[in-house]
Amino acid sequence: MPTEIPHDSVGLVSPQTLRFDTPLTLACGRSLDHYELVIETYGTLNADASNAVLICHALSGHHHVAGYHSMEDRKPGWWDSAVGPGKAIDTNRFFVVALNNLGGCHGSSGPNSLNPATGKPYGPDFPIVTVVDWVHSQARLADKLGIYQWAAVVGGSLGGMQALQWSITYPDRIRHCIVIAAAPKLSTQNIAFNEVARQAISKDPQFHNGHYYEHNQVPKTGLMLARMVGHITYLSEDGMREKFGRELRSGKINFDFNPQFQIESYLQYQGEQFSTAFDANTYLLMTKALDYFDPAADFDNNLTLALSQAQCQFFIASFTTDWRFSPERSREIVDALIDAGKDVCYTEIEAAHGHDAFLIPIPRYMEVFSAYMKRVHTGGGQ
Amino acid sequence: MRADLEIIREWIQPNSRLLDLGCGEGELLEYLIKEKQVKGYGIEINPDNITSCIEKGVNVIEKDIDKGLVSIRDGSFDTVVMSHALQTMHRPDLIVEEMLRIGKECIVTFPNFAHWRVRSYLSARGKMPVSKFLSYTWYNTPNIHFFTFKDFEELCVERNIHILDRTVVDHEHRHRWWIHLWPNMLGEIAIYRITR
Repeated sequence: MPTEIPHDSVGLVSPQTLRFDTPLTLACGRSLDHYELVIETYGTLNADASNAVLICHALSGHHHVAGYHSMEDRKPGWWDSAVGPGKAIDTNRFFVVALNNLGGCHGSSGPNSLNPATGKPYGPDFPIVTVVDWVHSQARLADKLGIYQWAAVVGGSLGGMQALQWSITYPDRIRHCIVIAAAPKLSTQNIAFNEVARQAISKDPQFHNGHYYEHNQVPKTGLMLARMVGHITYLSEDGMREKFGRELRSGKINFDFNPQFQIESYLQYQGEQFSTAFDANTYLLMTKALDYFDPAADFDNNLTLALSQAQCQFFIASFTTDWRFSPERSREIVDALIDAGKDVCYTEIEAAHGHDAFLIPIPRYMEVFSAYMKRVHTGGGQ
Repeated sequence: MRADLEIIREWIQPNSRLLDLGCGEGELLEYLIKEKQVKGYGIEINPDNITSCIEKGVNVIEKDIDKGLVSIRDGSFDTVVMSHALQTMHRPDLIVEEMLRIGKECIVTFPNFAHWRVRSYLSARGKMPVSKFLSYTWYNTPNIHFFTFKDFEELCVERNIHILDRTVVDHEHRHRWWIHLWPNMLGEIAIYRITR
């Protein structure tokens, strides 16, 4: 709870809901006739609407990126460290737009919202949306806000994949593409981890094939397990050892099956928290969107050819101990961009935090990110 | 204006693709983007230099050149430059081979360890030379391979590398007529333009 709002915070913010009534045809072949997107904006759109920055969220993110909803909030938005006055994405310069993606569970149309056709929650009947679908919906959001071209589209992890997709799908509507801790597609191992998470959820007796809302139940155990396995992939081995080691909660081994090591109770706590705040169907959908992401697939599996569509400049960043989307994966993007003759800057940040590092204000990370955003602001580059 | 940039500029075609290995703060790229409208990329390992390049609006890739350049396609650059970095590489010969694979032409500059001041320092004091220009001591120097113009040209002969141009200058990259009387003794920096 902030006793007072920090000077470099966007302050108290409130989300708004925008309604869209033009049918959106999705990659799966189905279409959404009506949908809603919840957004937050920070800063001011300039007269020629040239200073807008779109922030795309990752698997469990949402529209509340920065600032506080009330003075009672325990924590600010999920990327408050990078968004605010004087921060890397400087709200004195940029008009920042953040949304909850379609299929999300924080207010935008998704499995837990009412299906107008039935009057009941969509549940598993909500179409599986893809990164491309999200990008199309975000383009419509831009239209509604009077923004033709984003100064930058920014994202980490799955958010970075959306930024990358923007550069290919709407080349003339994006000037800078900022892709942090992402990959050009998931590895087999990534998909394997996602499948463990999905199995944990769908095998939970309270899942009811996704119709748990009607039973007033939540597949809490499954969601918790899914988050726990996910969380392991977000941390690095070194980071985990540094933070928890083999510390025992009570100082001694108890010879029972209750959590005794600190890491056990930490994971359980994370899973527990998550399972009360997140929707299981959304989790399934988000992991599928990740698995399906593969922009090169439409271009003969040639990433260079896919990125040849782009007209923007790129900033790519990775973190040394990230093994979920390792630096090698970012380098695949960089190599393809150089091959395609696109403007690109790439940095590999030394960090112990694993994949989670993209959310942490590591000094060097914030320094290069700020330097690049200054370039976005001044319009510099080759 | 750094004098070596002026010299290198002469060898760069307008609108060509340029790769600068060990680009430092990106001065050469910034200059050639402005003067020759090149499509340029720099590769650099020092974090502060990366930030400087980004501030200059230069494309920079954080990478350890010693770990290889295999991901860059054969002949995908018109010119590959390595300025004052070859002596810091683990295997300079392999780097030169890689440069020639990636680039149609390469430009290499390096300090001449056979300059008379270096020779006299070593022979008179019996110690590894330390000067304003080579300011490190033997144990902390990033310059792990010392070589001379003659050494480099021998390598070129051995590996069938064709020398298109050679310029020898003093430590401020200035031309001096007398250097050409005995380059390997009087020249401090060599700038080579090579190809396969």
